[in-house]
Amino acid sequence: MFFFTIRRIIASVFVLLASSFLVFSLCAASFDPLARYRQIQPPPSEAFLDGVRENLGLNESFLVRYWNWLSGVVRGDFGETIGGTEVSAQLGGRLLVTGRMILLAIVIAVILAIIVGVVGAVRQYKPSDYALTFFVYLLIALPTFWFAAILKEFVAGGVNDLFGSQLLYTIGEETPGIALYASQSEIWADRIGHLILPTVSLALLSFAAWSRFQRSAMLDVLSSDYMRLARAKGLTYRRTVVKHGLRNALIPLTTVVALGIGTLFGGAVITEQVFVWHGMGEYLIQNGIQQNDINVVLGWLLISAVFVVVFNLVADVLYAVLDPRIRLS
Amino acid sequence: MATTHAAAEAPLPAVPGAPLGGGVEREFTVKARSQRQQIVRRFLHNKVGMTGLVVFVVLLAFGFLGPLIYTTSYSDLNSGAQSVPPGSLGYPLGSDAIGRDLLAGLMQGVQRSLFIVLLFVGIALPLGLLVGALAGYFGRWVDSVLMRFVDLILTVPLLVVLIVVASNFPSSRTPLGVGIILGLFGWLDLARIVRSQFLSLREKEYVEAAHALGASNSRIIFKHLIPNALGSLIVWTTLAAATAIILEASLTYLGFGVNGANQTSLGRLVSDGVQATTTRPWLFYFPGITLLIIVLSINLIGDGIRDAFDPSNRRVRS
Amino acid sequence: MSTAVSSSSSTGGLSQGGTRSTSLPGFDASAPLLTVSDLNVRFPTEDGLVHAVRGVDYSLRSGEVLGIVGESGSGKSVTSLAVMGLLPGSARVTGSVKYRGQELLGQSDRTMSRVRGKGVSMIFQDPMTSLDPVYRVGLQIEETLRSHDRALSSKAAQGRAAELLEMVGIPNARERVRSYPHEFSGGMRQRVVIAIAMANQPDVIIADEPTTALDVTVQAQILEVLQTALTETGAAMVLITHDLGVVAGIADRVLVMYAGRPVEIGSVEDIYYEPRMPYTLGLLGSLPRLDSSTKQRLTPIKGAPPSVVNMPPGCPFAPRCPLHQPDCDVAEPDRVDVGGGHTAACIRTDVVARAHGDAALIFDEASKDSPLMQSQGPADLPGSTGTADDGVPRDPPGEQTEPVTTSATGSLLDPPATTRDGDRS
Repeated sequence: MFFFTIRRIIASVFVLLASSFLVFSLCAASFDPLARYRQIQPPPSEAFLDGVRENLGLNESFLVRYWNWLSGVVRGDFGETIGGTEVSAQLGGRLLVTGRMILLAIVIAVILAIIVGVVGAVRQYKPSDYALTFFVYLLIALPTFWFAAILKEFVAGGVNDLFGSQLLYTIGEETPGIALYASQSEIWADRIGHLILPTVSLALLSFAAWSRFQRSAMLDVLSSDYMRLARAKGLTYRRTVVKHGLRNALIPLTTVVALGIGTLFGGAVITEQVFVWHGMGEYLIQNGIQQNDINVVLGWLLISAVFVVVFNLVADVLYAVLDPRIRLS
Repeated sequence: MATTHAAAEAPLPAVPGAPLGGGVEREFTVKARSQRQQIVRRFLHNKVGMTGLVVFVVLLAFGFLGPLIYTTSYSDLNSGAQSVPPGSLGYPLGSDAIGRDLLAGLMQGVQRSLFIVLLFVGIALPLGLLVGALAGYFGRWVDSVLMRFVDLILTVPLLVVLIVVASNFPSSRTPLGVGIILGLFGWLDLARIVRSQFLSLREKEYVEAAHALGASNSRIIFKHLIPNALGSLIVWTTLAAATAIILEASLTYLGFGVNGANQTSLGRLVSDGVQATTTRPWLFYFPGITLLIIVLSINLIGDGIRDAFDPSNRRVRS
Repeated sequence: MSTAVSSSSSTGGLSQGGTRSTSLPGFDASAPLLTVSDLNVRFPTEDGLVHAVRGVDYSLRSGEVLGIVGESGSGKSVTSLAVMGLLPGSARVTGSVKYRGQELLGQSDRTMSRVRGKGVSMIFQDPMTSLDPVYRVGLQIEETLRSHDRALSSKAAQGRAAELLEMVGIPNARERVRSYPHEFSGGMRQRVVIAIAMANQPDVIIADEPTTALDVTVQAQILEVLQTALTETGAAMVLITHDLGVVAGIADRVLVMYAGRPVEIGSVEDIYYEPRMPYTLGLLGSLPRLDSSTKQRLTPIKGAPPSVVNMPPGCPFAPRCPLHQPDCDVAEPDRVDVGGGHTAACIRTDVVARAHGDAALIFDEASKDSPLMQSQGPADLPGSTGTADDGVPRDPPGEQTEPVTTSATGSLLDPPATTRDGDRS
């Protein structure tokens, strides 16, 4: 088990390295760092552009540029934005903002997916199964931003009216400047109020697909021989489902969840746009792509790759913990 | 419950495991045909799948035949009829801020979205099939190289790859451009599916037998492997088509999709509508619900096809 | 269609207030352990209602081993799952299953869970998939112990689990309780399953093809273990198999099933030496016999079992039966007593009787095609009639080492039981 984990960690480092190379290639191929100088009227002289090129190190070969960027990243230096600020200074805070939304969304989505999947499988072809299936299919068929708009418009308004005070917020990750005047607990309450709707809309996006998967995994397990033997031993159906069924049906879900992290990261870009969060997604779109700022985009892509690789690693290890057959091989 | 396909005139040996005599070839073809018929029959009997199909066909008719009957053009701007609510004279579903007719817009949107889907499938399906087939069939280093490459691209969220690429090709902000970009990057999961199917299929005895008889690789792939992976291919196509419609909408919403004068798509309409949830709710609901129905119907078709190909999860265990 | 012939044993009385922990209304200590009467199981499918079990009756007395024999699809497994109450919810089960006089059909899952594993336990066909892959085998044995005895400490349960593993012949049982199922071979896993089945000293063990999925060499060992389980627990057993060799070695009585119905029930000697149903005879004829002195060909049964979706009227075996005559297609025959509690569902038992277990006489290709066979009346058997009539079976079937002689034609009283030990190869 220990060596298994070590091996997986080493493999993950290599995947990350390769991924960083791919990311760098993608950006180097699609971004022109000189584009904003070319738009200046009258056009700057070739000599000026050469100077910029020299300054940005663009005259070096591709591999050298990659190496320079990578060695910087390893030291925590993601380069400068076109405005001249450090990318790394922005990334940390924004990662906290987006990270808490994504992590919470994963937790919510997984728990909901397990419950809905198991109920659907146990009640297969009963009205409750059909109702859940219909609901899940509706969620799958909705674009996040459209669904989020409904949440903003009706759920937030409804809840706030119901309680007579603003519990749910639809804009931003916290009330601007609240840290200046509020107590610690008020800040937390405010943050949670801001967190709920974006997290819910992000979680429901993944939950729907995962619950379908969990349902079919559970159906597989329910029809297995060991479930029958467990009941023949004298366990009640309910106990069999929880102790043997759920335990086995969780194994495949870990992989699917790990693979879904990338989708969540992409989904967070949209969610942040809808709820006007100042997180990673906004940074990517507004500061990175719209400004044609290659270092911002690179930083974002690398962070997302780290997330995906780390979660794949966690899933691999979790898989081995859950399934004794994997442990030995 | 073993269903006995054998007719009365084809006696089975009572001793299990007795070798089959001649006529194996004939039996195979007979079985294959009946299997295909069974699949079609199962789909036709599947209420969910058929509902999806009917709804989808109705939507197709709405998008492609509708404009023949309802001849108002979406590109007609009418400064006298800006933001009129549904039911107004000449605007059954209302109009937008510059006086374009929403019903005509929806028809065009459905058309364009289906065009995008068609383009996407037309590009992604062969690409995914090719990469997956090569990796799964040849295994070894071919498999390692191709699949590691796929894994690597998958470390970046698909939506973000699309954004980065689309942002550098402003000319791609049309249904044509979006469809091509979606196709170029949307085949990754298909490659994985095809690969794992091929990996298990090529171990099957009938493939070994074909090898032993000297069949060429391409013959084995096209005659034996692809037909057997057909179910997964069709199911992937439906699910991916539904996803592509949503991806187009998301991309457009973020400003990297269908954009610009006289260009529209369902995603464009839905994205515009989100800005008007309370002020002009018809612009929010009608496009959103149209998109919902179209995606839902495609997913239901996919579900029905999956059940038709693999009825094992429906069958009652004995 | 599903006319049921009540079995010879009486059903239990309805005295209330049993004292066992598993007691249900109707407990009767003197009733047979297990009485199944007119059991019918139907499954709704896309093609209509599948009538998988059509009127099964049997009773099991204490200490008895009842073999249930039949082709796959004959409903033998479904019958036993119905007894255990383990069929999927869509199955429609009618009739009666009484355990010590207590009706089991229609009981709640909670009530049944007290009977399962303690009153009646079960061994399944495929040991490779019967054990939960994620739990240690020891834990899976402890689970059955503790679900029936809440007071049992986990330490005691662990000790008992190791003891049980030792009983079923697993070496290093004390260490092996900590192994996972995938660390065992198929035969070893089946031993674990047997240990689970015998853990709570059940009254009845239902073994559903316990050796089918195993290597031939391992099969014999597992039968040995089953025998041990019976002696250790004193349980009665229902042994389901399609292997007549297995039944010959271990069973006291045999029930032959065809197309969801019992077609012949009798003592093991009746079934092997004096079968009265052509199907039973056919089964015997397709069994290779090591003890055969002459070079006897195997005689396969032609055709396939009927589909249970749309059963035509008449005897379901008729289309495959060499003794088929027009009467056979009129109605499905009830089981009739042919003497000594031996019953068979056939209208031509008299003809079958004359074969004395020699399938070749009736099933042989040549004799079937011969004009004699086609045109002659029921009393005629081709060629060898004379030899068959003198009452001495020409070839002792099965793996019995001694031929058993019956005194005269038609005498169907039980012949003295031959030694059962050493029959298992």
